[in-house]
Amino acid sequence: MRPRHRKSGRLARKIGETLGRIAIHAVLMLGAVFMVLPMIWMVATSFKSAAEIAVWPPQFLPAAPTFANFTGIFEVAPFARFFLNSVGMSLVATVSVAVTSLLAGAIFAKYRFPGRTVLFGLVIATAIVPFESYMIPLYLQMNAVKWINTYQGMVLPYLFMSFGIFLMRQHVSSAIPTDYLEAARIDRASEWWILLRIITPLSTTALSAIGIFAFIQAWSAFLWPLLIANDQLLFNMEVGLTAFQFKFSSDYGKLMAGSVVSVVPMLCIFLVLRRRIIDSVALTGLKG
Amino acid sequence: MSAGYSSAGQRARWWLPAAVDWRITLFCYMTLAPVLALFAYVRVYPIAWSVVLSFYRWNLIRPQKPFIGFTNYLNLLADDNFLLALKNTAIYSLATVGLSTVLALPLAVFLARKSRLSAFYQTVYFLPVITPMVPMAIAWKWIYDYNYGILNYALSLFGIGAVPWLTDPRIALWALIIMGVWKVLGYNLILFLVGIRNIPESYMEAASLDGASAWQRFWRVTLPLLKPILLYVLVTATINSFNVFTQVYVMTLGSQAAPGQAVRVLVFDIYQNGFQYLKMGYASAEAVILTLIVLGFTLIQFRFARAQEE
Repeated sequence: MRPRHRKSGRLARKIGETLGRIAIHAVLMLGAVFMVLPMIWMVATSFKSAAEIAVWPPQFLPAAPTFANFTGIFEVAPFARFFLNSVGMSLVATVSVAVTSLLAGAIFAKYRFPGRTVLFGLVIATAIVPFESYMIPLYLQMNAVKWINTYQGMVLPYLFMSFGIFLMRQHVSSAIPTDYLEAARIDRASEWWILLRIITPLSTTALSAIGIFAFIQAWSAFLWPLLIANDQLLFNMEVGLTAFQFKFSSDYGKLMAGSVVSVVPMLCIFLVLRRRIIDSVALTGLKG
Repeated sequence: MSAGYSSAGQRARWWLPAAVDWRITLFCYMTLAPVLALFAYVRVYPIAWSVVLSFYRWNLIRPQKPFIGFTNYLNLLADDNFLLALKNTAIYSLATVGLSTVLALPLAVFLARKSRLSAFYQTVYFLPVITPMVPMAIAWKWIYDYNYGILNYALSLFGIGAVPWLTDPRIALWALIIMGVWKVLGYNLILFLVGIRNIPESYMEAASLDGASAWQRFWRVTLPLLKPILLYVLVTATINSFNVFTQVYVMTLGSQAAPGQAVRVLVFDIYQNGFQYLKMGYASAEAVILTLIVLGFTLIQFRFARAQEE
């Protein structure tokens, strides 16, 4: 009687554990479906014809997939231009943020000079202020130098990232031993040589993380380009999509196609660099 | 010779000119010059100027710019639009942060268990974080569509009548909150996951040996040890959601299908006062209030983080 009871108890616990695991996966899967459903719905709609979109009850997947929406958006609005503007703006921002973060981060990490504490403190303190709080004076500055409605005016605020400098300083001060720099100095290397040949090659991981964040940030830029770009030839994808929505608010097939075009580059970057992006966010807590 | 370098033993003494290596200082400032110039022009100067502007009546089309002290701030306190915006933004932030935290915590606990699907789940939950806001706001607008939206169709299967998700300002705020939760959930999840995985295995084993149930282990071990990360997530998420604008603009404004009265949020009010009514001083006062709110949350976090360390 006794052993049998114990055996059934163990079995019950095992069943309980399995059921628990299944329940956990069910919850996680349900959440995962909630996460991807809007995107799948977006993609599915983008391949539907106008007639099929208006069908009631709605069909989830297109019965007769068509590329008409994708070719259509390039005809009714300069989406190719929007896309290239976004690419250009993001690339310029990425390079600039990488360079400025590397220079300032390395200097703040490894050199002592009067004003260092104050300057670095200022970089960190201003990082807290949201962009929306100082966009008005920045707009007036752009107005004063006649940079409204120009590429340089549009990209300017994205050329600098306080967090990039902070991240770089953390990396250089913890990962690169000062002895390396001292050794190079004994060999009569110039400070510039040290910066370019020792610190830079040892910082590629941190630099790529910073670059990815800068690219994502510039690609998603909306409010500033909305203020600065008046001419539609200057629009980035985000502003172009919004303007397109003004005109064709009910043409959901084309709207979804445009949205897919805007999302796909981010999706590709994410899927390729998935591990690095998630790890960087986990490590730094930076908002993507 | 190596006075300019920082090594472990040295302390920062910027007021002590005796230890200054001028060759190093020159090099540092030459290297920093372009970065600092950019920094001053796109951050320091506009931030400082926004405070100055807030004390002036500064209409972009009028030449006179009289100094009016705190009048802009006093007027704001009596401005119904501003107060409504403040209220909506506060509700949006509280609800988005609260819901996304409450949902992300148990999911993170589940994900912390070793599983082959862990990487898959992390990827999927993080997808909305990485995707740009405008296209996803348009996608959600389509989901929320009154006539053809899939959400109203799904609800109709349960016998629920069509909901005017984006046209009724009261409901629209909640439509925005649902979308906001969807967007940030993965971010909170990843940070919680890191926190939970950092909890030493032995703590959990000890609690198990003492007969603690999974529920008790969560409340007595996981949650207290997760407090610093929880606090960090709560504060940063609140700060970020206080700047909400893009999805509001796309989903409730600026298209033919848009309702007359949008969900007014703080940044939208700043945008409207500044760039539609051209009241630069007035809008700057609002912007300064936004900064002060964000600063307040940051100080709260600092204080709690310090209390935790002691």
